[in-house]
Amino acid sequence: MSAAAEPAAAPLLQVRDLHVTYGVRAGAIPAVRGVNFDLAVGETLGLAGESGCGKSSLAGALLRLLPRGTQVTGTVLLDGEDVLTMKPGRLRAVRWTELAIVFQGALHTLNPVQRIGRQIGEAISLHSPGTRGGAVSKRVGELLELVGIPARRAQDYPHQLSGGQRQRVLIGLALACEPRLLIADEPTTALDVMVQAQVLRLLDDLQQRLGLAVIFITHDLSTLAAVCKRIAVMYAGRIVEEGPSHEVFDVPAHPYTRALAGAFPVIGDPAFRMNPSGLAGDPPDPRELPSGCPFHPRCPEAEEACTSADVELWPAGPSRRAACIHVPGAPR
Amino acid sequence: MSAVAAPSARRITWLRRRRALGSGWREYRRNTPGMVGLVLLVLIVLMAIAAPLLADPAGLHAVNTVNNPAWANPAKFHPLGTDHLGRSVMTQVIWGARISLLVGLAATVLAMLIGSVVGITAGFFGGWTESILMRLTEWFLVIPFLPLAIVLAAILGPSIQNIILVIGITSWPFPARLIRAQVLTMKERLYVDRSRALGASEWHLMTRHILPNVSGLIIANTTLTVPVAILSETTLSFLGLGDPSRASWGKMLQESFEAGALTQQAWWYYVPPGVGILLVVLAFTLCGQALEEVLDPRLRDRRE
Amino acid sequence: MKDAPLLEVSDVHVEFRGRHGVARAVDGVDLTMRSGEIVALVGESGCGKTTLARTIVGLQTPVSGEVRLRGSALPRSRKALREYRRSVQMVFQDPTGALNARQTIYEAVAEGVRIQRVPGNEEELVAQALSRAGLRPPERFFARYPYEISGGQRQRVIIAGAMALNPSLLVADEPVSSLDASVRGEILALMLRLVRETDIGILVVTHDLGLAWNVADRVAVMYLGRIVEQGPTEELLTHAHHPYTRALLSVVPEIADVEPQILAGEAPDPTRIPAGCRFHPRCPLVASGEAARLGIEERCRGEDLALAPVPGSNQVVACHAVADAPVPA
Repeated sequence: MSAAAEPAAAPLLQVRDLHVTYGVRAGAIPAVRGVNFDLAVGETLGLAGESGCGKSSLAGALLRLLPRGTQVTGTVLLDGEDVLTMKPGRLRAVRWTELAIVFQGALHTLNPVQRIGRQIGEAISLHSPGTRGGAVSKRVGELLELVGIPARRAQDYPHQLSGGQRQRVLIGLALACEPRLLIADEPTTALDVMVQAQVLRLLDDLQQRLGLAVIFITHDLSTLAAVCKRIAVMYAGRIVEEGPSHEVFDVPAHPYTRALAGAFPVIGDPAFRMNPSGLAGDPPDPRELPSGCPFHPRCPEAEEACTSADVELWPAGPSRRAACIHVPGAPR
Repeated sequence: MSAVAAPSARRITWLRRRRALGSGWREYRRNTPGMVGLVLLVLIVLMAIAAPLLADPAGLHAVNTVNNPAWANPAKFHPLGTDHLGRSVMTQVIWGARISLLVGLAATVLAMLIGSVVGITAGFFGGWTESILMRLTEWFLVIPFLPLAIVLAAILGPSIQNIILVIGITSWPFPARLIRAQVLTMKERLYVDRSRALGASEWHLMTRHILPNVSGLIIANTTLTVPVAILSETTLSFLGLGDPSRASWGKMLQESFEAGALTQQAWWYYVPPGVGILLVVLAFTLCGQALEEVLDPRLRDRRE
Repeated sequence: MKDAPLLEVSDVHVEFRGRHGVARAVDGVDLTMRSGEIVALVGESGCGKTTLARTIVGLQTPVSGEVRLRGSALPRSRKALREYRRSVQMVFQDPTGALNARQTIYEAVAEGVRIQRVPGNEEELVAQALSRAGLRPPERFFARYPYEISGGQRQRVIIAGAMALNPSLLVADEPVSSLDASVRGEILALMLRLVRETDIGILVVTHDLGLAWNVADRVAVMYLGRIVEQGPTEELLTHAHHPYTRALLSVVPEIADVEPQILAGEAPDPTRIPAGCRFHPRCPLVASGEAARLGIEERCRGEDLALAPVPGSNQVVACHAVADAPVPA
């Protein structure tokens, strides 16, 4: 349950106790192990984490785009309606018109042999079957202009566009049916710093103009601090810290967040000169999670109690929570 | 500090090879069609090897079978009846397996040898070498198999060696192209660059990095080329271009056709060799496909 | 600290011929490095930094110009090139792709030792190299495969393989960009330690300015095949002079109090390098009219220029606005 003092308006998205388990011959792999969060209309939430933390599984679960055989439990309430129990027809109607996603590695998601205008048009036609060709083209043009691409480029093939432009097309594609929630899974990871800045500015602009709620997923904690209002940090399938983005980045409460933040040196700060800091080891294998707090094998502040403690998100300040026994709100 | 003595370099290589084989076999075992094919193949090969024990070779020659009834059906003459000359069909099937398998394997080995050398050389060296070799390959590709085979057989004369030669010469372009394509992909891999940066010679790159990764493709392709070679041999023998002195399944089909087995309704003469060919082709194809699946992930260096 | 430079790159040009014309990937670069220093070569994709790195290692042949290692030129003959490679080694961007999945860790590290016929007991050399790269106890890793170890460990194996040859120069192409963020520090710390222990020189190619701040002694910024600014890290990253560097620094998320200058478009491709100063079509000074005000706009559009020292500092810049700046009192 969110401790934030949100106004009376019901949240757009409410995720409760979400679990995602991949069924594999060799054994079940729990990718997401009980995630809870709320997202208000027009709010931006950053989901930070590295490979194996479950963030992409989480994104896929929200839209029910995971491979067959994956077990998803919990509730995902979109405006009060549970996405996980929707009938296929209703789900198809909701996908893209309410909830849309821009994928990781999206540069390869565009069909290389179809003109981009046609690909965007396809999304529109699928959801509004009655729309006539002329209206579709017009909308395609509008969308391209919206994301900063001249409308005439609709005739181009993906390979004729640069990386940054392709990413914009994917954002345009995601916005084709005017969703209220956009999930962006590592949208700028493969892009250069300047292009990344362009795309981030675009997202910010769109978010303000269209009142879009955004879930921004990336490992780049510094980007999230600049772009999102709140951040949730994931590790080993759970949220280990959440709070206002600048606070989480500047004064992390959880040791993992601290290590992650340390990987983004602040230019100009002498404290970051010639002293790279990093964690040893790797994120744990979801099939063989350590006992107690899953982070303890790599934690610089681990103690005896960490190997057996049942960690939960405990209060770590106003509107902040962290899953570590060292935070002020943890039981002693 | 470790209490275990470090394994020597040679032992590590050996360990690695053994592990790779072990995991490969376990993977293959999981493939049911592959196992079926393997069992079938083993049975057929055993039958061919054990031919002298299973059937008297004398029964292949008409002079020795004058006393047998001609056109006897399986009920009258076990187990598969006799042909128009009184020879036991079963004997011919068992001994015919030898020829079919021998020609199939030998021709395939020849084709793969030529194809691999051409493919790897063309892919690895590029430039003029590649252009010349690929034009050669294409030239051989467009020549229709049957007319070429007939002409060659007519020139060289019908014999087992010549059949092997003919099939080998006409089949090598297919693996050559596949292997070249694979080599081209391998050449672009980052670990080839790394090896170069460490100072590796072209020969080292070819033998240490490219060849091991192409060998899987070669093996799988070999297994899939054998049935093609066997069918080719069958065709040539059926057309009368095979070795007249040796029994083979194709020859059996030819003789049954010419002797009028169809009109005689002596199905036991032409069905067994046909079924035999079918089973051998099936066995090799199943094994080949299973091998491809087992070796493919490694070809792509994907392990996670 | 030795006096003679470790690495001297003089006016190197590297070209690629393609369907769309000639791409001048590296278009006249000068760079010097000393032993015991870490230089960061910074730039976005397409600027030619990776091509330059590969040229220094000998994987790419320059069309003109010279690369000298401790005075001796980069050789062309195969045999001499192999000798050269004992002194210059490379660390790759993708540690997973750079290791042959069929080779064990032992074989991966021993490969260089065998090719170069490094004197000594092979097993000891491999164990030493692995240890030095932080993989301890080394014996535990001998029989393992790349897929059985983590990304960070794979990069350590690559570093071990390179260090086993005892090079004087290490060229690291985006050494940590494909690794998890929290693990990057370890690899960077390893590189710092190697420099301290062996006086090796490291050229780090990266797009990440934060990384440069973290570990580099000097920074060189590349744009479209040329170095446009160079200098000691602390000076350059806190007081950049070239408009491109300033724009890059302004969009780095960690710096919150600077107005981001987001440049329009993307860098043109190397087959169509603009006339004059190659940055002028995207330069904020030209776009805002500042260049006109300074009276240099014509030169920006028409006059190509080389790196020139910035008065009163240790930096060099290729910018008409700075060349014209008054000398500080």
